[in-house]
Amino acid sequence: MQRVVFPNKILPYVLVAPQIVLTIVFFFWPASQALYQSVMREDPFGLKSGFVGLANFSAVLSDESYLNSLKVTVIFSASTALLSMGLALLLATAADRVVRGQTFYRTLLIWPYAVAPAVAGMLWLFMFNPAMGTFAYILRRNGFYWDPLLNGNHAMVLIVVAAAWKQISYNFLFFVAGLQAIPKSLIEAAAIDGARGTRRFWTIVFPLLAPTTFFLLVVNTVYAFFDTFGIIHSVTGGGPAKATETLVYKVYNDGFVNLNLGSSAAQSVILMAIVVALTAFQFRFVERRVHYG
Amino acid sequence: MIERRPVSNLIGHLMLILGILIVVFPIYYTFVASSLTSTEIVRPPMQLIPGGLLAENYGEALSGGVERVVGVSLERLVLNTFVVAVAIAVGKIVISFLSAFAIVFFRFPLRMTFFWMIFITLMLPVEVRILPTYKVIVDLGLIDTYAGLTLPLMASATATFLFRQFFLTVPGELVEAARIDNAGPFRFMRDILLPLSKTNIAALFVILFIYGWTQYLWPLLVTNDSRMNTIIIGLRKMVDFADASTPWNYVMVTAILAIIPPVMVVVLMQRWFVKGLVETEK
Repeated sequence: MQRVVFPNKILPYVLVAPQIVLTIVFFFWPASQALYQSVMREDPFGLKSGFVGLANFSAVLSDESYLNSLKVTVIFSASTALLSMGLALLLATAADRVVRGQTFYRTLLIWPYAVAPAVAGMLWLFMFNPAMGTFAYILRRNGFYWDPLLNGNHAMVLIVVAAAWKQISYNFLFFVAGLQAIPKSLIEAAAIDGARGTRRFWTIVFPLLAPTTFFLLVVNTVYAFFDTFGIIHSVTGGGPAKATETLVYKVYNDGFVNLNLGSSAAQSVILMAIVVALTAFQFRFVERRVHYG
Repeated sequence: MIERRPVSNLIGHLMLILGILIVVFPIYYTFVASSLTSTEIVRPPMQLIPGGLLAENYGEALSGGVERVVGVSLERLVLNTFVVAVAIAVGKIVISFLSAFAIVFFRFPLRMTFFWMIFITLMLPVEVRILPTYKVIVDLGLIDTYAGLTLPLMASATATFLFRQFFLTVPGELVEAARIDNAGPFRFMRDILLPLSKTNIAALFVILFIYGWTQYLWPLLVTNDSRMNTIIIGLRKMVDFADASTPWNYVMVTAILAIIPPVMVVVLMQRWFVKGLVETEK
């Protein structure tokens, strides 16, 4: 169908201009610079730079600490997504079950969405800092040696918890929407056939939630990859001993602290590739969902 | 409802209450801490009932307490963050509305090129191109300006995409009717499209306000002058566990002030927020 449109010739260009200008200046130019720098190497004084081909990439990919941070990122993202989605699903099914007070519960459960990741990290640090945190004190009193500032695993647990806490609201809202979209007739039919609550959940509700779950998995992974910089910077600073240095934190650290431009740019390009892959994955999946939806 | 089972209902309530405890407790803990003295805060276990210093702590933190620590007043930090969040939200909505309007209601050469140029930016969050973007800001002389804090975060595809999807559902008859009545594109936009988009705009505003308010990496990079910091960066600078002189009561006050405004926005505009969240992402 041919849409009805306005006949103006110049006006549409004026209308798209602001966004296109911003996009070129702040997206395409920097992205192309990252690509360019990723194949160049500057001398230590920053006086001249030469073409080095893919040397930066091979240096990055064979770098022990980069592989370590890749591992850290995968562990961090997977734990954050699982913890947050698990809790959110539990709460969403509970909210779906209760008769009264849904709005009240929802009102309180969406708070963390509005808290900045960096602040979320600090809130948990206030409670679990070995020097002043009440919970760290309780753990110590009970004989558990807790020190996220020295023990890498403890630090990882702390940032996972803070990151998952912040993401509960988001996952909760989507699971609630997903649960509401499941036709009640299906569940009633199962109930008539004699399936009890748990059985109904695993054989009907959970499979029908799969699109929501997959979607959230991608979103949570992207979140854990990119939006958690604030948590890591404010809670652990990538430490102790790089135990919580994720890929994005490393790009920042190598670019702005260690001033290794070529390596930082190569890492940026790899990150872009990861985002593109994740987005493409999500779009293919969204298309499929429309088919079955 | 299939079965009336009071037990299952009760379990549901218990689980939700437990969930709320987990979700709200960290904020409550910080709120309690903001009503205590600095020494009470650093000596665990901290009490869990608000102390008597609520008014004093907030009063002192606002009247110079925070300024002595990080060199910028608390009001200024809140104001900066507010300006950044509103500018990002409004700026994004305006430019996205205009470009989606052009892409849907006009036919012109390069239309699809522009669409794809915008669309592809969905895939490039600031975090993956920080260094070169930072360099652009330096070259443009935008360090320590509101423009530098907001412009790079304004161009993004999500809002444009949402408006486009919505505009595509506007019946062609409306456009035809407007044209027969001799209304130009601006008239059509103001009198028909804008009123129709109200809920979408409200929903986007909530999401983008939160997005702007919670920015961290970007403000950290483009502000050197502490008077241009956002409250979250200011808070980060105050927190120092190794320094015995850290004024923890002011830290807690600042943390609460960094949390309350966006939480209020989300809670008060809940209906639009939930709609916006679920629909923008789909």
